[in-house]
Amino acid sequence: MLDRRDLIRRAGLTALAGLGGSSFASLRALAGDTATLPFGHGERPLAAYPGKRPLLQMTARPPQLETPFSVFDEGAITPNDAFFVRYHLADIPTEIDPETYRVAIKGHVEREVSLSLADLKAMPTTEIVAVNQCSGNSRGFFEPRMAGGQLANGAMGCARWTGVPLKAVLDKAGVKAGAVEVAFTGLDGPVIPETPDFAKSLKLDHARDGQVMLAWGMNGQDLPWLNGYPLRLVVPGFYGTYWVKHLESISVLDKPFDGFWMQKAYRIPDNDCACTEPGKAADKTVPINRFTVRSFLTNLTDGAEVKAGRTPLRGIAFDGGSGIKAVAVSTDDGKTWMEARLGQDLGPYAFRPWTLDAELSPGAHAIRARATANDGASQPMEPRWNPAGYLRNVVETTHVRAA
Amino acid sequence: MTRITLALAAALALALATGAALAAPKSYEVPEPTATLRAPKAGTHAEGFEAAQTNCLVCHSVDYIAMQPPGKGVAFWESEVTKMVKVYHAPIDEAQTKAIAAYLAETY
Repeated sequence: MLDRRDLIRRAGLTALAGLGGSSFASLRALAGDTATLPFGHGERPLAAYPGKRPLLQMTARPPQLETPFSVFDEGAITPNDAFFVRYHLADIPTEIDPETYRVAIKGHVEREVSLSLADLKAMPTTEIVAVNQCSGNSRGFFEPRMAGGQLANGAMGCARWTGVPLKAVLDKAGVKAGAVEVAFTGLDGPVIPETPDFAKSLKLDHARDGQVMLAWGMNGQDLPWLNGYPLRLVVPGFYGTYWVKHLESISVLDKPFDGFWMQKAYRIPDNDCACTEPGKAADKTVPINRFTVRSFLTNLTDGAEVKAGRTPLRGIAFDGGSGIKAVAVSTDDGKTWMEARLGQDLGPYAFRPWTLDAELSPGAHAIRARATANDGASQPMEPRWNPAGYLRNVVETTHVRAA
Repeated sequence: MTRITLALAAALALALATGAALAAPKSYEVPEPTATLRAPKAGTHAEGFEAAQTNCLVCHSVDYIAMQPPGKGVAFWESEVTKMVKVYHAPIDEAQTKAIAAYLAETY
């Protein structure tokens, strides 16, 4: 099985670490530093955008940045300046006045409401630690490969989000009887007006579950610009496509939302495995929804050489919100398994750290980590396939050599 | 009297400046793309190359193209360019669509 780790060129990364700052000037200074992800056409510039440390630049317009995998070994919270960036359409906002910014709640409501940041911050606030993960995280590892954003495993991150429950905001407007869904748009939009504007929807009950929130805070700071400043939707346990950035409008609907980004894009096969025979289309699809359960080894990269003997292993695991029940680790490619010790519990939507001291005899080892969630779901030993390259959660393999 | 007026004026100016600073919109400077399309092999796909320059870059940077899996062939690229036309409504005619796809299939 292929390596799942981005292979940062050591010299480049060390040089970058020394720079520290992330100004525009440093971006130009950094031109030429690249990383190579372990699949064809995996070369990525390491670019430091304002407010971000050097990240793997998948695309420049609109900006799409992947987190270097080594960041996930730093802890269960992903720093704001390392958090991945994903946009769909290139007309992204470049000027926002936090004083005049408003989010509109409209549609099938008793009274349309327009709320400022001050209005929102005056309401009872809520916090949650939750993973955001791109639907296409790890797409570059699918075989056969498909079109789309070619990501390794770094389009995910875990942060503490601060904001107000969407339910409280909807209650201010008063949802009318007969409402079924809530649709969201952001300030980002298409270059040509004919392109479908990015918009997503949630079922009304989900939107009112008290956990879905409008967040202005991320790890105790304002949202980074590229992560949706000044306000974004947080949908714990659901893929990032629903986490609409730079929120502009919230529309209560009395019929299902018919927008392109729900009806045609971000669809998964409607069957138990959400998979198809590789290369084949699905007969029937549904909108993508909750994360599959995943786990990663974070302190050893594929191809690493380690000293034989007792070797500390550590990593992270997460799922769509039932929480992690157990992580099993194998150092012999899945023949035998050991139970890892779970670390600090930051809540069911967060990265759950795990550790295990393994005895590595001299020679080659294929280390695998398999998480089981509280809802009973676990990870498949062999990768599943679907046409869009979503939901990847095969048990990862890291090849190391002990000597 | 003059001194008091000046002091007041200075205080007022400071207050206005501070107020203006608090209310100022925030801005973000997005770094410009630097990647360029690969030139086609000498003497081939000039039309497709030019059509790609004219059309693809309207909506996105060319790294969108360069990161796609290598060697996927004409059917893959025709499907991609057609998606840009049918789904995202890029104003590209059929002849150009085919020329762009042929150039991309050969070059990427």
